Amino acid sequence: MKLDAKIPEGPIAEKWTKHKFDVKLVNPANKRKYDIIVVGTGLAGASAAASLAELGYNVKAFCFQDSPRRAHSIAAQGGINAAKNYQNDGDSVFRLFYDTVKGGDYRSREGNVYRLAEVSVNIIDQCVAQGVPFAREYGGKLDNRSFGGAQVSRTFYAKGQTGQQLLLGAYSALSRQVANGKVKLYPRTEMLDVVMHEGQARGIVTRNLITGEIESHAGHAVLLCTGGYGNVFYLSTNAMGSNVTAAWRAHKKGALMANPCYTQIHPTCIPVSGDHQSKLTLMSESLRNDGRVWVPKTKEMAEKVQKGEVKAADIPEEERDYYLERRYPSFGNLVPRDVASRNAKYVCDEGRGVGPTGLAVYLDFADAIKRDGESTIEAKYGNLFDIYAKITGENPYKVPMKIYPAVHYTMGGLWVDYNLSTNIPGLYALGEANFSDHGANRLGASALMQGLADGYFVIPYTIGDFLAKQPYDHFNEDHESFKKTEEEVKGRIEKLLSIKGSKPVDYFHKKLGKVMWDYCGMSRDAEGLKKAKGMVQEIKEEFWKDVKVIGSNEELNMTLEKAGRVADFIELGELMIDDALNRNESCGGHFREEYQTEEGEAKRDDENFSYVAAWEYQGEGKDEVLHKEDLKFENVKLTQRSYK
Amino acid sequence: MNLKLKIWRQENANSKGGFEEFQMKDVSVDSSFLEMLDQLNYQLEEEGKDPIHFDHDCREGICGMCSLYINGEPHGPTQTTTCQLHMRSFKDGDTIVIEPWRATAFPVVKDLVVDRTSFDNIIQAGGYISVNTGGTTSDANEILIPKEVANEAMDAATCIGCGACVAACKNASAMLFVSAKVSHLGLLPQGKVEAKKRAENMVAQMDAEGFGACTNTGACSAQCPKEISLTNIARLNREYLSAKFTSDNN
Ligand SMILES: Cc1cc2nc3c(=O)[nH]c(=O)nc-3n(C[C@H](O)[C@H](O)[C@H](O)COP(=O)(O)OP(=O)(O)OC[C@H]3O[C@@H](n4cnc5c(N)ncnc54)[C@H](O)[C@@H]3O)c2cc1C
Ligand code: FES
Repeated sequence: MKLDAKIPEGPIAEKWTKHKFDVKLVNPANKRKYDIIVVGTGLAGASAAASLAELGYNVKAFCFQDSPRRAHSIAAQGGINAAKNYQNDGDSVFRLFYDTVKGGDYRSREGNVYRLAEVSVNIIDQCVAQGVPFAREYGGKLDNRSFGGAQVSRTFYAKGQTGQQLLLGAYSALSRQVANGKVKLYPRTEMLDVVMHEGQARGIVTRNLITGEIESHAGHAVLLCTGGYGNVFYLSTNAMGSNVTAAWRAHKKGALMANPCYTQIHPTCIPVSGDHQSKLTLMSESLRNDGRVWVPKTKEMAEKVQKGEVKAADIPEEERDYYLERRYPSFGNLVPRDVASRNAKYVCDEGRGVGPTGLAVYLDFADAIKRDGESTIEAKYGNLFDIYAKITGENPYKVPMKIYPAVHYTMGGLWVDYNLSTNIPGLYALGEANFSDHGANRLGASALMQGLADGYFVIPYTIGDFLAKQPYDHFNEDHESFKKTEEEVKGRIEKLLSIKGSKPVDYFHKKLGKVMWDYCGMSRDAEGLKKAKGMVQEIKEEFWKDVKVIGSNEELNMTLEKAGRVADFIELGELMIDDALNRNESCGGHFREEYQTEEGEAKRDDENFSYVAAWEYQGEGKDEVLHKEDLKFENVKLTQRSYK
Repeated sequence: MNLKLKIWRQENANSKGGFEEFQMKDVSVDSSFLEMLDQLNYQLEEEGKDPIHFDHDCREGICGMCSLYINGEPHGPTQTTTCQLHMRSFKDGDTIVIEPWRATAFPVVKDLVVDRTSFDNIIQAGGYISVNTGGTTSDANEILIPKEVANEAMDAATCIGCGACVAACKNASAMLFVSAKVSHLGLLPQGKVEAKKRAENMVAQMDAEGFGACTNTGACSAQCPKEISLTNIARLNREYLSAKFTSDNN
């Protein structure tokens, strides 16, 4: 298979404009003849569904929550980037493009990233017109902040609830189209397979989560906007329902999965407190602007802290190790996410972690409070401190916060070309579900930008081109390919229900998560990955022999929903391991112990690994086949990152 | 800690429900309320019994999915969402009664899960600004909005649509929810144009969905996990009355 990213010719700054002119258009009167299926109502899905409906297409929008407004995008806190240069601090489309490619450790496509930076400015205009209440300055203009170590202030935000406000904006546009009769909503409905006919995606099969009914929906195109798969690790900052099922089903029908091993681990999360823990909570990384990260210098002292014999405040200055400031004098506590995360892991592996589990480091505001006063710190971080206090029962104004890294975002996803089309004609992937723009590491405040860029500004053009170039046909649910896929879906559900084993679904999910975290998490090595592969295969075998799924299909059955998702996570886990094992270099979120510089930093191998790894499914139990899309850099100079 | 739970069980929308009792042992004070229920469900599943169904997703207090009526209060004793409630708010030996939201417009789906489609229907009736997507809008900074106004709009926009206001109200009124959206959009210059029509249409839809009348008891705001203020209701009333005076569709 030859992978063609379909990047338009010409200078980088003109590619998108030229492409928009070159694409074929669907005649306005004809648009109403086309049915488009949008799975997912997060930023990517809601914006796509609303925009396509406005253009005149008939849209069906699906989500598993009870309302489209509850998609996981709602939880994003920090902000959204845009190259507006409102602060006149030297920002530009080119700089945002450059930063994003560099931040992704040179493993993303220049063409896509440039377009993302280019449309970022329109996103802000669009959102403001919709009524998104971004933060303002006293003069009434939009406020910005610098985020995630960026040298310019280009992040727009709405308190600590930017994702919520952007999603509610997209949801309101979607609701308007529902009222117009152009979108039909299917909440509490889970897509369980893609329907294929003659190599093309023609629709989906879903399960009504309340009645259990298995239904078919035909469409001229199918858009998967189903979010990321961080929950493969069991514990992550993702919502409980976030899953890989839609993407994985598409993968098993032939869509390539790209760079699945690229995972972002966020350094500032509230540590795990015990076995009961169901998810991890992110503390905004803005906290590192004022908090100082440290652990005790010696293991002996750390042990006393872990046992509760010594408190943080009692540890004298000279017995503390501010390890980020020590190792990275110029960036200090503000090193990028992956560097901060890995260093926390190292000090804890040395036995110098704090908290009852020893898996935490301090984030200490004592100096900032002494310097600026408690009220200044409260004004900046008050709501974050409140969240922290609520969850941990500790007061961060008095005692240092305890933090630990957690899985946060997955850069990998379905392979798509410049048009956001997967390798299956008619099947598209948008938002976190695709792999496209963030390379091996995503910069803060860029996921929201990408989701809305894909949905509001890219897909409305590129889908028209696809539809206009095809003969129109009326392919409906009566076709045998739907019946066949429905039978497959029903068969899988019956199988899950019939095993009647001895262990609840969560048992397997936790077990998988631990293997993935231990061997395919913050740092990886060949030996561990090989071992993990065997372990995941064993989990899979055990799952299909011994899982216990209570109840029946014909009812609201959350155990059954979860069982299907965990089954897919297990298979994905194995592919992530293969991908991590294949990539004999370190880059961005993928750190292989064997490949590091003398200073202990990620060491890329541009000669041999400057490609997108796109995997093709081969059938049950068979190794997947790797396809490589070479990355060409014409506008960005490749350098080794250094934060010393 | 050890607890006694009395939980509402109901097979589906058409069946009659009732309470079932459970004894919980060794619950960690650090666990969240929903993690405590996870623990119970794990046990139930191990015993081959149907786990308790409840809605949840983000577990960060922002998606608005979790919706438990705990000891007679929506989201329980603290002014947060159910998912942000922690077991340290309870004492060893406590009995905890857990019910679904109760309102005609929120029919029970199963156990503690209710159907809140009525909220989506209200938004579809007018909870938006009629502007098309696609970047034909003017530069964002051409509309200046005083910081105070933006903040006030943001406070109203913080509503997570969980429905606690309805569950808290003896009339099951949705006025706080509707007024929060009407305020958020109506306070901003972009949203002013349609403000009257919006208020009228959303209130009409609220009535059609079977929500009750507002008698200004303030229970909604007192129980709202996002502290949406009652002044939004006053603003809605003003908007609505002036709409009624000037409307063509009387
Ligand atoms: C705690 C947290 C904070 C974050 N903060 C930021 C930030 O400050 N800035 C930033 O840029 N990014 C941030 N991110 C990342 C960002 O929020 C996400 O990457 C982004 O919102 C994903 O949007 P999406 O539309 O692709 O998917 P989602 O919002 O995850 O939506 C997925 C949709 O797909 C549906 N779905 C999934 N599977 C199925 C199926 N099988 N059938 C039917 N429907 C299905 C779901 O119902 C949902 O509607 C944060 C992430 C987290 C976890
Ligand atoms: S689960 Fe999202 S608000 Fe509680």
